[in-house]
Amino acid sequence: MKIESGGNRAYKVISLVVLIVLAVLFLFPLYWIVTGAFKTGEDIYNPELVWFPTEWVMTNFDKLFAQRSAPLWEIFLPFGSFFNNGEKVVLTAGPVSPAAFRWLINAVFMCGTAMVLTCLTAAMAGYALAKKRFTGRALIFSLIVCAMALPKQVILVPLLKEMALLKLYDSLWAVIFPTVGWPFGVFLMKQFSESIPGEILEAARIDGASELRTFSTVVMPMIKPGIGALAIFTFINCWNDYFMQLVMLASSTNFTMPLGIATLQAETTIDTGLLMAGATLAAAPIIIVFLMFQKYFTQGITMGAVKG
Amino acid sequence: MKMKKVLALALAAAMSLSMAACGSSSGGSSAGQPSTGGSSASQPGSSAGQSTPTPASGPELSLWTYPIGDWGKEDKVKAITDAFTADTGIPVKVEYLAYADGDDKVNSAITANAAPDLIMEGPERLVTNWGDKGYLVDLSDMFDDTDKNEINAAAMAACTHSNGAVYEYPLVITAHCMAINLNAFKEAGADQYLDLENHTWTTENFIKAVDALYAKYNAPVGAVYCKGQGGDQGTRALVNNLYGGTFATSSHDKYTWDDPLNVKALEQLKSMNGIVFDASLEGGDEIAKFYQGILKMAFCWNIAQQLNPNQADTGAGKTISGEDIVFMGFPSESGTPALQGGIWGFGIFNNGDDAKVEAAKTFIEWMCDSEHTVDAVKTANYFAARSAAEGTDLSSIWADNEVMNEYQVLMPYLGDYYQVTKGWAGARTEWWNMLQKVGEGADIAETVATYAANANAAAAS
Amino acid sequence: MARPTMSRALQRRETVTGYLFMLPSLIFFLGFVVIPMIICIFLSLTNANMHDKSLFGSFIGLSNFTSLFRDETFLEALKNTFLIVIVSVPAVCAFSLWVSSAIYKMKGPMLSAFRCIFYLPVVTGSVAVTVVWKWMYDNYNGIFNYVLKGAGLIEQNINWLGDSKFALWCIILILFTTSVGQPIVLYVSALGNVDQTLIEAAEVDGANGLQVFWKVKWPQIMPTTLYILVITTINSFQCFALIQLLTKGGSGTNTVMYYIYYTAFKLTEQAGHFGYANAMGVILAICIGLLSAVQFKLAEEK
Repeated sequence: MKIESGGNRAYKVISLVVLIVLAVLFLFPLYWIVTGAFKTGEDIYNPELVWFPTEWVMTNFDKLFAQRSAPLWEIFLPFGSFFNNGEKVVLTAGPVSPAAFRWLINAVFMCGTAMVLTCLTAAMAGYALAKKRFTGRALIFSLIVCAMALPKQVILVPLLKEMALLKLYDSLWAVIFPTVGWPFGVFLMKQFSESIPGEILEAARIDGASELRTFSTVVMPMIKPGIGALAIFTFINCWNDYFMQLVMLASSTNFTMPLGIATLQAETTIDTGLLMAGATLAAAPIIIVFLMFQKYFTQGITMGAVKG
Repeated sequence: MKMKKVLALALAAAMSLSMAACGSSSGGSSAGQPSTGGSSASQPGSSAGQSTPTPASGPELSLWTYPIGDWGKEDKVKAITDAFTADTGIPVKVEYLAYADGDDKVNSAITANAAPDLIMEGPERLVTNWGDKGYLVDLSDMFDDTDKNEINAAAMAACTHSNGAVYEYPLVITAHCMAINLNAFKEAGADQYLDLENHTWTTENFIKAVDALYAKYNAPVGAVYCKGQGGDQGTRALVNNLYGGTFATSSHDKYTWDDPLNVKALEQLKSMNGIVFDASLEGGDEIAKFYQGILKMAFCWNIAQQLNPNQADTGAGKTISGEDIVFMGFPSESGTPALQGGIWGFGIFNNGDDAKVEAAKTFIEWMCDSEHTVDAVKTANYFAARSAAEGTDLSSIWADNEVMNEYQVLMPYLGDYYQVTKGWAGARTEWWNMLQKVGEGADIAETVATYAANANAAAAS
Repeated sequence: MARPTMSRALQRRETVTGYLFMLPSLIFFLGFVVIPMIICIFLSLTNANMHDKSLFGSFIGLSNFTSLFRDETFLEALKNTFLIVIVSVPAVCAFSLWVSSAIYKMKGPMLSAFRCIFYLPVVTGSVAVTVVWKWMYDNYNGIFNYVLKGAGLIEQNINWLGDSKFALWCIILILFTTSVGQPIVLYVSALGNVDQTLIEAAEVDGANGLQVFWKVKWPQIMPTTLYILVITTINSFQCFALIQLLTKGGSGTNTVMYYIYYTAFKLTEQAGHFGYANAMGVILAICIGLLSAVQFKLAEEK
């Protein structure tokens, strides 16, 4: 198209070099976690930095798995405690295994449930906010906007008391519900739904489609990229919400992977290799989820924002 | 099309997982029972994987324990609680707290009406804090005259609140000390300053040794850690012993750490190249750094650490690379240190369920006052808090353990257990904050005076 | 005159269906955000305490707030909180804008590789990231001291997290690496959507690269910039894990978010002073509400 000037080309080369350096720096912590997990103690504590493991070992993982044990899963009779002296009724418990596996299952379950619930409720609410001119809409929307940036520490005490009242303290639901209540999803979905042409909705109405049918057959397909983005967004946020997990979960059988690792690091036995092994396990699932959905994520997230 | 498939797959995965794991978060938890009662696998008579709603022969007890020796290790603790369950039919669910955030956990559980039934820690938390605030059950009816005779008088006194209630049943005691890396000392020619026979040294020799080590390694060899309160007994003992300062009055009603002798000690430490005031470390971090051979001395040490340094199971009295660790008293001008005691035992949270309180008392009796006490004490890696329990002699249970025997030389130096002074939790916070300020170069006398005054003000209110 | 009645009926219908669609979301939003917030406001006016059996203590007016503004720890925490926001938000925006403008014209695989790499710290997870940075910052065997010492830039080890000169900046740096991922993704596509004809027209008029950027591209990516401001601000308030796991509020890194937790649950003489903790929460909420309002006003004007 155009002949580039020498200065421009130099700038391009320099910026590419800087970018590559930055990319290496951004990748480094992850590299350090993974290699640290497989290093021997001598490598880790060597005063001369060991950039690459001299020997790949599994001892850190072995130690991690030997730390705590827990049933791999447990299924309770819902509300069983009401007729069993306040004790939970365990219907089945999985085989006792290293607690780290249970923490992984807990974390995936927690984030997965929060993800599904958030996507469902936010898609409906976002659609209503964007397309329905109902009374109180402006008030609700400004509430949502104000609450969006609210850190959960603000409502820490009331929330804890509420969870105790609902008998949800020390269960994953105590983390899931506030995550679903966080209104960012509704905001994002509203942005998406704005772009649905009113004529299409009108046409569906004239065809005699019910509201629910319009929503599921007309609206949903149109905001699908947004839902994809919201799904991965919620999953990541829920996974990273160390604070709620710290406050709401007390039993090690209810821990999540991030909380479990944080707890191990808090104990007196500070073992860097073991922590890196834990961090590897804590990072792996979410990175895999990200890489799987990456394409939809970038698509969805940009569409919502650019319309914003 | 592809998007749909992937989404469906993800949904299916999420659903199946939720079915697999939904139990872990069932809404059926009761407020008085913080731990999920699900450890059917740990109960006798119901093996893992069986789909039987376990008919517990008693209410399940929840025990939260801080890492007190090997009471922080699941395999060791499980062995002893399983024995208890087999004996009494009372199942026990154990949770392991860390010093870094254990207090917050207990406090948030109390807030959520879900405190554990049993807690294992020392009087500075159980008596001056949770006991004082009325969360714990008075255990005084558990002590008859024989018990009172057998239990170490100082420990008994520390476990008793000023209102007469006993909020902790003591299990083990020890003296906190410090440790040095003998190989490093020899390399630097500093071992001449140590009295390895009596495990003591003088302030003068300590200073010479640190200088020699610094000259050899050209890096800090000891850290006055002050990230938080974890392991602060070490920094307190170091400062108090150097020139004979005190921390609190012997009547335990006022803090006296603004003593000029302590100011002198802090000034001395601050002026030493080999000593660093490190606000990125707590006691546990310092132990790890010492164990890794980075620091050449640790101020947060005791017999449990000596037996199993950094709880890494790599052999008694050895660093990670096999260098020799020697435990030492804190340096003092005369060479006779005043060591801080550590006392640990059990307390019972009052969750309003008499049956559970009874069961918890059974647990304490089994652990602290029966023929099984030997095992409970040995799990802690400390000395028993009593001479004998129900006819079993406890004074010589470590007779076959060389390290423990050697450690006995420090026990006579046990000083006042001042950790039960009024306003203790606040004073600890003031202490490490003060160390941070001193480390940043604030005027020492002024800083010490301010923070000691804060501690006293909090204690008085 | 059938129209007004019609529209009133229609209006009612819209309201009913609107609320029915809102209902599932509202249950969670009201139940777990709004109601706790109302309780929080109420508690901030009381001396509510963990040790009281009742949830609500007695009413003490605004005295929690007056003592807060005399509490030096709180004021420092408030200062730090805003320092974090004021530094990290513009830094994240500027950095991500630069990276995106450097990569948005690249070929597909290169572009997604870069996007992915800058997004990785976000998906590594806050705890895992914190754990590894703690090791990298370590005073004795951390990589920072090793490299800087090796390069001869420093003589003595720097106690990154233990020195109040550095600690807060170290935390901001971690926050920064975990914040730029999404803005880069957003800017890349916003820049890709800039109207090419306008750019070409400007170039024909003899505008240089910088002028094209400010006159043509910048106005067009403004909505994206505002959106990025909002999400980065939100992100900056979520630094609890970093503080709790790295410094515990020491070395001059206390923030309001951490101090609330500290006041509520740490075992100090003030432990369980819920009224006081909630008063801090209210102040923080007011500040954040104002910040959001300003940002959205800006967004509406554009």
